[in-house]
Amino acid sequence: MTYFTLSLTLLFVLIPLILAHVLKLNIEKDIIIATSRSIVQLLLVGYLLQFIFDQNDPLFMILMVGLIIFAATHNARKKGVNIKGITWKLILTYTTIEILTQSILIGLNITPATPQYVIPISGMVVGNAMVLSILFLNRLTDEVEDKQSQIELILSLGGSPKQAIHRQLITSIKASTVPTIETQKTMGLVQLPGMMSGQIIAGADPIQAVQFQLLILFILLTTAIITSVMLGYLSYPALFTEKMQLNDNLK
Amino acid sequence: MKQPALSFIDVSFSKGDLHIIKNISGEITAGNITAFIGPSGAGKSTLFRLINQLTTKTTGEIIFNSQSIDTFNPMTLRKKVGVVLQEAVMIPGTVYDNLRLPRQLEGRDLPLTEAKDFLRKVGLEEKFLHTKAKELSGGQKQKVSIARTLVNEPEILLMDEITSSLDQVSAQAIESLITSFNHDERQTILWITHNIDQAKRLSDETWVLIDGECLYQGPTADLYNATDKHVRDFLEGGDGP
Ligand SMILES: Nc1ncnc2c1ncn2[C@@H]1O[C@H](COP(=O)(O)OP(=O)(O)O)[C@@H](O)[C@H]1O
Ligand SMILES: [Mg+2]
Repeated sequence: MTYFTLSLTLLFVLIPLILAHVLKLNIEKDIIIATSRSIVQLLLVGYLLQFIFDQNDPLFMILMVGLIIFAATHNARKKGVNIKGITWKLILTYTTIEILTQSILIGLNITPATPQYVIPISGMVVGNAMVLSILFLNRLTDEVEDKQSQIELILSLGGSPKQAIHRQLITSIKASTVPTIETQKTMGLVQLPGMMSGQIIAGADPIQAVQFQLLILFILLTTAIITSVMLGYLSYPALFTEKMQLNDNLK
Repeated sequence: MKQPALSFIDVSFSKGDLHIIKNISGEITAGNITAFIGPSGAGKSTLFRLINQLTTKTTGEIIFNSQSIDTFNPMTLRKKVGVVLQEAVMIPGTVYDNLRLPRQLEGRDLPLTEAKDFLRKVGLEEKFLHTKAKELSGGQKQKVSIARTLVNEPEILLMDEITSSLDQVSAQAIESLITSFNHDERQTILWITHNIDQAKRLSDETWVLIDGECLYQGPTADLYNATDKHVRDFLEGGDGP
């Protein structure tokens, strides 16, 4: 695709803009911001990837993965600011699933250890983990606020913080992983997964694209569960004081 | 002389600039029912939370079993100082699930026969054992809540407005339950109520809390001899402004 044809696609932005204006939806500004940001961000990433691919140096690949983890942490931590140490807890979780995924993929010779594979897969895995941790942290905060009296009841009967929050922790872990599992159920029926579509459009053999997509799905399933369980068990102690009280800033 | 069940030495609690409990001192006689009365917002519930460490006092000492409560593991302390709350919070599940909760927290279980004994103790028929807790009436929930706290066999029972949301009949059933329990087992009970008549009916001693301060402490029988103006105003004004 040339930049000229790409600029023609801006027509697709014009349509919502006109509609928004006519119907007074008051979202014109957001549409423009969203469009400009996606252009700038994606082009930057494109050039960055090109640069890294050209270097053929694993150091740049690792730096890029680090950048992905950093960006995901930066995004998700806003949802957990009242959980002490949430930044390093997120970094630890994302790093763990990244190392786990790549060791399986590279270790078992499923994908080669080249930036072309490592970086996009890391993006998908860590991106999914980021969405999941945001869901998880939102849900946990809501649950604790909602069920504060039940949590304090268990504490007042002599239960440990872990016992007191067990039910809320499990509910939040479940709630955050359900979307990943549900999407997989309808996968291919309603929409083709983005990566697979991309490969097919780029001319790949559909069966090979499907195989690759399945691999990604299974990885996402594993990392989804690991993310919320790990984040859950790392974060719950911060909801309590050393005297085993529910932390005041959560009430 | 018998040692007090609890002693407070100059206990205060503040939150930011807000002084919620102000320099409270005094002793709770073992085996007595001590009523805590005072207008709402006086700090009665907060004082209870300080005793079982659900909130940490800012300064002062609370002595239990001749030891500062700070030296206890909070989990141990909370089993020895049982609390029953106005809302009678139930965990999802049956009455039995609620009764066995304290034991399960210790990695044990409560046999059915024992669960029935606890129900009987609070005047509930054993057929309720497998009823969903959320289907109980307010009075029944409150009885289950009391039984559940008793499963831990606490040395001291804290009751926070446990009859406030109940109709008169249920409230009286619970009152007589608690008095007989106090008589039969010499159980030390601290009882928060905003109902002065209830305090007079039930308690041996009364503490009057107003605006975080304890302005009367003594035999309930002498309550009306109190000289403090705020206490007199409160006693005359009933539930206060
Ligand atoms: N965690 C807290 N943060 C801020 N204020 C509190 C907190 N707990 C209690 N208070 C305040 O302390 C005062 C006493 O509350 P409380 O002990 O519930 O009174 P009572 O039980 O006598 O009605 C109230 O003004 C209440 O708003
Ligand atoms: Mg209260």
